[in-house]
Amino acid sequence: MKNLLQTGQRWGRTWGPLLGIVVVAIALLVVAPAVLSPFRLNNLGKYVCWAIAGVGIGLAWGRGGMLVMGQGVFFGLGGYAMAMHLKLEAAMATGGPDAVPDFMVLYGDGTMPGWWEPFRSGTFTLFAVLVLPAIAATILGFAIFKRRVKGAYFAILTQALAVAFATLLVATIKQTGGFNGLNQFTQFFGYNLYDPVNKKMIYSIAAVLLVVCLVVVWQLYRSRFGELLVATRDAEERVRFLGHDPANIKLVAFVVAAVMASIGGAMFAPITGIVSPSDVDATASIFLIAGVALGGRSLLLGPALGALAVGFGRTFLSESFPDQWTYFLGLLFIVVILFFPSGLGSAWSQLSARLRPKETVR
Amino acid sequence: MDAFTTPLLAGTATGALLLIAALGLALTFGQMGVINMAHGEFLMAGAYTTYLTQQVVTNTDLSIIVALPAAFLVAGALGLLLEVAIIQWMYRRPLDTLLVTVGVSLLLQQLAKDVFGAQGDPVHTPGWLDGNIDVFGYHWPYRQMFTILLAVGALAALGALLKQTSYGRRIRATVQNRDLAETVGVSTRVVDRVTFFVGSGLAGVGGVAVSLISGTNPNLGTTYIISAFLVVVAGGLGQLQGTVIAAFAVGIVTAFLTDWFNSSMAQVLTFALVVIFLQIRPQGLFTVRTRGLA
Amino acid sequence: MFESRARHAMGIVLALTAALGLSACGGSKSGEESAAESCVDTSGDTVKLGFLNSTSGAMAISEQTVRDSLVMAAEEINASGGILGKKIEPVLEDGASDPAIFAEKIEKLLTGDCVAAAFGGWTSASRKAMLPVVEAGNGLLFYPVQYEGLEASKNIYYTGATTNQQIIPAMDFLQSQGVKTLFLAGSDYVFPRTANKIIKQYAAELGIEIVGEEYVPLDDDDWTTQVAKIVAAKPDFVFNTINGSSNVGFIKAYYEQGLTAETTPIISVSIAEEEAPAMGKDVTGQYAAWNYFQSVPSPANETFIEAFQARYGADRPTSDPMEAAYASLYLYKALVEKADSFDVGEINAAADGVSFDAPEGTVTIDGDNHHIAKTGLIGQINADNQFDVVWSSEEPIEPDPFLEGYAWWDPSAQ
Repeated sequence: MKNLLQTGQRWGRTWGPLLGIVVVAIALLVVAPAVLSPFRLNNLGKYVCWAIAGVGIGLAWGRGGMLVMGQGVFFGLGGYAMAMHLKLEAAMATGGPDAVPDFMVLYGDGTMPGWWEPFRSGTFTLFAVLVLPAIAATILGFAIFKRRVKGAYFAILTQALAVAFATLLVATIKQTGGFNGLNQFTQFFGYNLYDPVNKKMIYSIAAVLLVVCLVVVWQLYRSRFGELLVATRDAEERVRFLGHDPANIKLVAFVVAAVMASIGGAMFAPITGIVSPSDVDATASIFLIAGVALGGRSLLLGPALGALAVGFGRTFLSESFPDQWTYFLGLLFIVVILFFPSGLGSAWSQLSARLRPKETVR
Repeated sequence: MDAFTTPLLAGTATGALLLIAALGLALTFGQMGVINMAHGEFLMAGAYTTYLTQQVVTNTDLSIIVALPAAFLVAGALGLLLEVAIIQWMYRRPLDTLLVTVGVSLLLQQLAKDVFGAQGDPVHTPGWLDGNIDVFGYHWPYRQMFTILLAVGALAALGALLKQTSYGRRIRATVQNRDLAETVGVSTRVVDRVTFFVGSGLAGVGGVAVSLISGTNPNLGTTYIISAFLVVVAGGLGQLQGTVIAAFAVGIVTAFLTDWFNSSMAQVLTFALVVIFLQIRPQGLFTVRTRGLA
Repeated sequence: MFESRARHAMGIVLALTAALGLSACGGSKSGEESAAESCVDTSGDTVKLGFLNSTSGAMAISEQTVRDSLVMAAEEINASGGILGKKIEPVLEDGASDPAIFAEKIEKLLTGDCVAAAFGGWTSASRKAMLPVVEAGNGLLFYPVQYEGLEASKNIYYTGATTNQQIIPAMDFLQSQGVKTLFLAGSDYVFPRTANKIIKQYAAELGIEIVGEEYVPLDDDDWTTQVAKIVAAKPDFVFNTINGSSNVGFIKAYYEQGLTAETTPIISVSIAEEEAPAMGKDVTGQYAAWNYFQSVPSPANETFIEAFQARYGADRPTSDPMEAAYASLYLYKALVEKADSFDVGEINAAADGVSFDAPEGTVTIDGDNHHIAKTGLIGQINADNQFDVVWSSEEPIEPDPFLEGYAWWDPSAQ
């Protein structure tokens, strides 16, 4: 009997999370498109982008103990990389293969900086979405972790990074569109962006990417690396004494989180039709954290579901109580962190663990 | 000559402002490991207190003098309230205090918007601060000198509190070893509250100086909080001299970069410089080897 | 054992996901555009109009005033019988000072609420974000704020000034004052950069020398270093394109370094009746270029101010964007009544020459570029933070968003 129970528990531990991912996949890919209006589905697509970034934050913060308060930067790298391509696609559709984005003609002298050029290629753009944040995160992470900067110092530095990044974007009008950001896209890899069928397709791509990210972190969490990461979070010195370099472990988590944020950003551009500094600055980065904190930072599905919930809450509350939205967001932080530090997802499992019959615990 | 004096003097004034803002942060961060993201909103509270004081004390020459202690008390009381209501339940969870206070900061900003309106309110410069002296072509405003004096005054008062009074001894004892301090009979709870009150109150004083630059507005705190944190990080924990040097360094360097490039680039470059600096000194300029510090 | 089986399962999940994703795809390439069906229903006795302004975030400061005057205009129109006999049913939305939210909400208004037209937006970023959505859904948007021009959409009516109705008159005024040297100070974003590009080219034409150009990030209050450069450059006039609360820091720094309206006056394009009080006496005597001031003497303006203050409080000032928003709703009413239809195509066909006796004076729609002819005014701020009109373009200036009628304008020059 005891054996059977243990087997059952092991089975649950192994397959439970996967089952959760399957449920999320079905909900996002089958149920949502069937029941939601095109407009609401597009909204959901936006939350899915935040959720993709949230999964990465869960990895870095929940499992790795690194409070990444500047994920907007990586979200922005992906978002702007994709937006540059979409902008060029829109320009080339009307102006031929050498056309430059409209804002460079309006606000600049009509010449395009050389580093825009490769983004004419869709393949390069997809490559850049994955590689740019990885490079940026590696350099930054290397500088920070090797010098053992951690805890609050790390959090503050990442937030300052988000502020600096947004300031830089706003100030480079001729290169990045400045405060207005990049917008007025017309097509997405050849598909008309304003055709409802295509919007549904783009939504589906985002949803699939979210599921893929969930599967990736699920694998990571089960691996040796996942165990080392948690060990580093809980006792960095001991991990060092065991012969591992905590800096490398953290670096991997930080880079994976950055790439996920970038993927989220890259899908955000075609879904919302705009990427601007206000989507990547310190406030936006804190907003990304909010969902992860709500859902449960160290759970597998917590960050994603939390991000979806906060995204939905933002739309719903700002439609119903436009003036009180900020209060809700502020209270969410206070109440969740104060009373449910491991998120609502954990609150539920803690409660159910307490309610479960005693013998399974023994 | 003015290409040199202008950034130097203006940067010193900015540094003084950062110092007042960062002193409180360094205190609470160094002693309790608490990261108070709502510290900027205490600055804002100080600015609004100045505005309100001017509504009551209509003589502007006098009202700034009245506003200084008033702002200290208002911001200090807000800090105390924050400590009692929230922070005291979350020592040992420093990163979580950071997030909770982000929430508090959002609440306070929205509250200010609802109470005082989204449009800023004017703060009148007193007659005795109206004017400037010519230093090699830079019309150095009296207001900037006042800010520097205020920072020096705040620093001196804080230094006296820490070095000369019994509270100061208890604060230093708590910073160096909380458990041992408790064992020898220091009530660390009371010490924490005093520290939080004083640290937040200093932000209020900084708010008075800020209100003379920009009047009041609900987003005023966000402008200074990140720079103030960078100062604390670069300065190191537990020692005030690190904060002092870092504050003036950040202020002056930013002013020179602004002069050479522009404000946007200056912000970006200052951040880059702090990251590079941390490569050389990861713990900041000065640090006390203690148990229990981050 | 679990390991290998788990890896299998992962493969299955991924394959399933891919299949689910693909089945949902089936996109259609560009070109086979499926026409957007309008869902606007005006068969009842009401017509839905969307008011989309930021009532939260940094821009709420300005946009709430636009919202207030839109609501008031709707109430007035309803009280006098509505549009084509149909009462306006406003749908209020918050843009939250975030362009992406503006894009989301305008889509909700057009496709979810099926409004006949939407009114709002403030920042250029918000307008640029809404533009493609409005065009794709063939909706209507009325945008009430002066902006940097260089835009015209058949689905947007611009009821604020474009550059040749605000920036260029301001330069004409400076020339009439005998200005020889000019310093440019602005926030570091699109409007000031574009405005200054125009100013620099026109200044060259007028023989005015630009002696400095400084920018500070939006909402940054510290102008000390930049003002010191103005002190050193000793210009005849300063052209101020700073936006928002940053103006307070600029004016205070200006004053404390000994510059005054007598020695070195400033002409601003973003300081109006709403913003001036926050700067108190420091801003007295400075100039601003707009198309409407609360002090404009006209019966229509008296009625407007009276109604506004009765509705929202006697201490509330009226300003240019508020007036432009108020006029936009009345212009919409006039458009619909001339077209005798709520249909976008028919409205656009009837648009040219539609006019309204607005508080600023009579305004007329240009059917080609959807901007409106407005009179350029220069006001000087008095001790009550009101503006005394000191210069006027005398008659309404035809809108020219792309500055095609100005030979000196070269968009590709720096």
